Amino acid sequence: MATGTEPSPTDHRPPSGVRGAGRAAIAAPHLRTDRWWLAPAATAAGLLAFIVYSTWRAFANADYYAAPYVSPFFSPCLAENCQSMRSGPNWELFGGWWGLSPAILILIFPLGFRLTCYYYRKAYYRGFWASPPACAVAEPHRKYTGETRFPLILQNIHRYFFYAAILVAGILTYDTVLAFRDEHYAWGHMGLGTLVFLVNIALIWAYTISCHSCRHIVGGQLKHFSRHPVRYRAWRFVGKLNAHHMLLAWVSLVSVSLADFYVYLVASGVFDDPRFF
Amino acid sequence: MSSYEARFRVWRGDIEGGGLKDFEVEVNDGEVVLDIVHRLQATQAPDLAVRWNCKAGKCGSCSAEINGRPRLLCMTRMSVFDREETITVTPLRAFPVIRDLVTDVGFNYRKAWEIPAFVPPEGVGPGEYRMFQEDVDRSQEFRKCIECFLCQDTCHVVRDHEENKTAFAGPRFLMRVAELDMHPLDAAEESGLDRGRTAQDEHGLGYCNITKCCTEVCPEGIKITDNALIPLKERAVDRKYDPLVWLGSKIRRRSS
Amino acid sequence: MSVVDRQEWDVVVVGAGGAGLRAAIEARERGARTAVICKSLFGKAHTVMAEGGIAAAMANANEHDNWQVHFRDTLRGGKFLNQWRMAELHAQEAPDRVWELETWGALFDRTEDGRISQRNFGGHEYPRLAHVGDRTGLELIRTLQQKIVSLQQEDHRETGDHESRLKVFQECTVTRVLKDGSRVSGVFAYERETGRFFVLRAPAVVIATGGIGKSFKVTSNSWEYTGDGHALALLAGAPLLNMEFVQFHPTGMVWPPSVKGILVTESVRGDGGVLRNSDGKRFMFDYVPDVFKEKYAESEEEGDRWYEDPDHNRRPPELLPRDEVARAINSEVKAGRGSPHGGVFLDVSTRMPAEVIKRRLPSMYHQFKELADVDITAEAMEVGPTCHYVMGGIAVDSETAAARGVPGLFAAGEVAGGMHGSNRLGGNSLSDLLVFGRRAGLYAARYTADLAAGRPPVDDDQVDAAAAEALRPFSAESPEDPAGHAPENPYTLHQELQQTMNDLVGIIRREGEMEHALEKLAELRVRAQRAGVEGHRQFNPGWHLALDLRNMLLVSECVARAALERTESRGGHTREDHPTMERAWRNVNLLCAPADPTGVLAATDPARGRISLTRETTEPIRADLLALFEKEELVKYLAEEELYE
Repeated sequence: MATGTEPSPTDHRPPSGVRGAGRAAIAAPHLRTDRWWLAPAATAAGLLAFIVYSTWRAFANADYYAAPYVSPFFSPCLAENCQSMRSGPNWELFGGWWGLSPAILILIFPLGFRLTCYYYRKAYYRGFWASPPACAVAEPHRKYTGETRFPLILQNIHRYFFYAAILVAGILTYDTVLAFRDEHYAWGHMGLGTLVFLVNIALIWAYTISCHSCRHIVGGQLKHFSRHPVRYRAWRFVGKLNAHHMLLAWVSLVSVSLADFYVYLVASGVFDDPRFF
Repeated sequence: MSSYEARFRVWRGDIEGGGLKDFEVEVNDGEVVLDIVHRLQATQAPDLAVRWNCKAGKCGSCSAEINGRPRLLCMTRMSVFDREETITVTPLRAFPVIRDLVTDVGFNYRKAWEIPAFVPPEGVGPGEYRMFQEDVDRSQEFRKCIECFLCQDTCHVVRDHEENKTAFAGPRFLMRVAELDMHPLDAAEESGLDRGRTAQDEHGLGYCNITKCCTEVCPEGIKITDNALIPLKERAVDRKYDPLVWLGSKIRRRSS
Repeated sequence: MSVVDRQEWDVVVVGAGGAGLRAAIEARERGARTAVICKSLFGKAHTVMAEGGIAAAMANANEHDNWQVHFRDTLRGGKFLNQWRMAELHAQEAPDRVWELETWGALFDRTEDGRISQRNFGGHEYPRLAHVGDRTGLELIRTLQQKIVSLQQEDHRETGDHESRLKVFQECTVTRVLKDGSRVSGVFAYERETGRFFVLRAPAVVIATGGIGKSFKVTSNSWEYTGDGHALALLAGAPLLNMEFVQFHPTGMVWPPSVKGILVTESVRGDGGVLRNSDGKRFMFDYVPDVFKEKYAESEEEGDRWYEDPDHNRRPPELLPRDEVARAINSEVKAGRGSPHGGVFLDVSTRMPAEVIKRRLPSMYHQFKELADVDITAEAMEVGPTCHYVMGGIAVDSETAAARGVPGLFAAGEVAGGMHGSNRLGGNSLSDLLVFGRRAGLYAARYTADLAAGRPPVDDDQVDAAAAEALRPFSAESPEDPAGHAPENPYTLHQELQQTMNDLVGIIRREGEMEHALEKLAELRVRAQRAGVEGHRQFNPGWHLALDLRNMLLVSECVARAALERTESRGGHTREDHPTMERAWRNVNLLCAPADPTGVLAATDPARGRISLTRETTEPIRADLLALFEKEELVKYLAEEELYE
């Protein structure tokens, strides 16, 4: 991952930053005595676990449909090589030439949304790129240009991913509705999977709506709230959710993985979906 | 009332050099780090330089770093530390040191000059300003800033990269841009000044990688990143990267 | 000698609080090249500590409010000792000064219809205080600071230099006002950072340095409040007015030591907080003076009912005027019924549910939680009186803010006397800063512009003398001291001074104690001559304190002498041996002047006082202003002959 900051493997220029000329002469790159590395380490571990899991699932290209449940990683299915899901999200936009896992076609959007998300940016800049590793801990990079140039200037397209994420969330909502069928596609039933999907879709929506771009679009861009009372209320509502954006980012990441994992377990026959009615 | 001897390491020196100096000093119940620094002055090091003023967390003068974290000396209670712990106090490490705990914060005053001031609306006289509470709430939050410059100190963009100081205004002054851009009566736009665009083009908003250290250190609890910097980034996107918004504003301008 | 750096300016403003910045803005806008000198960083002045608001009769909250009502309230608050013309100008101009702040970007709290919200405060008949939560002072200072920055940006566009017409000299201290004959010719100052001396030559100097609280042990004031401006004026030959009036706020924090003196807002009591002694008794019921007997509750039950039903019950005695409450607390502590840390208990925890306390008193909840580890929703606060404000100050002309007797010297803000009489109303200080800060800047600029005969030159001898005076603490250890005394630690001297003023010239004063204080001050004065410092001149706090001691000692002597002289109790001056307000004193001002008019302190025998005191009869209050009051009220204050003139 690049952040526009280039590490300096062997550099013989005089030190800059906190050890640079003019600053108080202190040799240590930081003097923090607490366990400052814990948060970035935990973040990195969590994100890494998700990356490993989702990569395996996407490329495994199997066990993603167990009627009536479709894994959120594979929905909507846009290639011909998808498993057919009755009245499910099969739209063969890409026809037959697509030979890879159909998950890749669709995962780009939620991944892009999360990759450009203001919270995840913080998380991986800190966790993976150590820029900075923690507050007031010197970063190991010689140069830093942040998000001022390519490729990181592309972070500015976050709001387009937000628009896409709305669509994806809509489709996952549709999937959740479909989950109120039984394995024979009869309506009016519910199983443990339905519950998993319900929780997941609620969290996905909460995360999506709590997005900073959303907050801006619904009202933040206004100069005069007093002239737009409805948008002001919407902005306040999104603002309340937004305060928990980090939490929602994590729990929705876990819930979407769990939903997929649940489908995997059922589809691969580890156990049968317990039906409530 | 119990008192004990605490171990302190205080950075002493100036631009020529210096180092951490060890002290043993009495600590009484309820004291803050600034009290201990004052006791050092009165008993062991009369020429120990420290900047302070109100001693109530309202003026933002006594910014320093305690155990490596940027903090106000007057708002850091001794009771948060272990009695056995050695407490290290250093000057702010993002700015040039003057002497002991005092640094040259001139960077911030130069940046203040670079942010165009409030533009009063034409044709609205003194006493005729009408603004609604919900319209001033956002900017009022930013105006709680006591200019302690801890956010400027902790921000890695300038803390770790001296060369970025020219291009980057820092969280405090980007927040000032946001404050003015959200001010209900600021007439910058009418005067031809686009604050959202200049935030990115002239004040280095793009350097911010929203790692939120500024928010973490803010003694006033201002949500600098969520409420000022990110909204400002979104406003810059409106101007520069969003064809829909751009088109919309063109049409609206034409129709009005 | 005198190889110090010199610069030319039109107007020099000493102090960068509300008054100083407002003066600088005005002077610069009137075309004067203006320099501001302040001890702290730009924007850190003590004005940031002001919480309540700016009093201005804008009539946003109550349409009946107008300047006449504001004037009346101010005079009542000051017990009719106010320089009435100042109070009049203040009441008339305050609204314009507040509105002007909005055009510079200030954001006050709003009313429903979008105007500036105004809140109630003690002594003000109508809701009158423009405010921003409880951080109005910060808003004021930041707005003025940003206005200055915007003027500097204008100058930069025109001249390429931000500081060509308006410059702030941060972290510099002025030690002397220089003179040419009787006229001001500039100031002598040093940079705190480097210790380097410099001279700003200017025909007009505005003093706006604030107060004197650091001469007292328990104070809500910051370290800057060492009475510098008072002393500078005095040494330049300008008299100080009514220095005996010092306001003690009844409720300051008393524990922990680190925050002793920090203010506990009056709204704690307004919202239902009660004062108790160590016996658990609500002692204020024992301290209602006769003149207030009719207006205050006689039982706890009645007092408690007042909060719900103010029309049919009398208010609890916790809400007596500040001076009464402060005196009562003082008596309880002296009688041995105080709290463990020498205050009394202020309790809201048993009066309101925790969530109500957190909602109504958020900053107090945080202040105690963070600084004292006290949860005010669960336990009582410990509070005691704290030195808050000095009403006395440099005697000035009401219209022009010009100091008396020294052409070219101006003063505004807390350092100027007269405006508040014997007691200041809450909210009137911020408006005072703006109204008279502007006037001082305006007339200083005009004075400079009108100088036809050329500018007064700087006298090299004075510069040399000032430099020698400033360097003296470094030579204290030299063997020149004939008696062979060891050098004195300035921190120790400061602590002794604070203890003396606190104990002997504090909230309740007695003749014997004040005489004792004067003796003690004389002793400290001698010892202060030997105050020595270690190290070098670069940012050396010990040295700075040694220099500030001169000012604190001078000002303390003024307070003690004036307090000894005024044999009555009025506003911020309470004599145990003269407990009543005397109408004969109503029109008497006490003026302090240096005993040695040359201003050379060393020439005076340290054991003798350095201050001489004179009495002066005030100008009668203009008839149309007197007509704003009822006759029955005037009778209480004014002497017979004043009434019928």
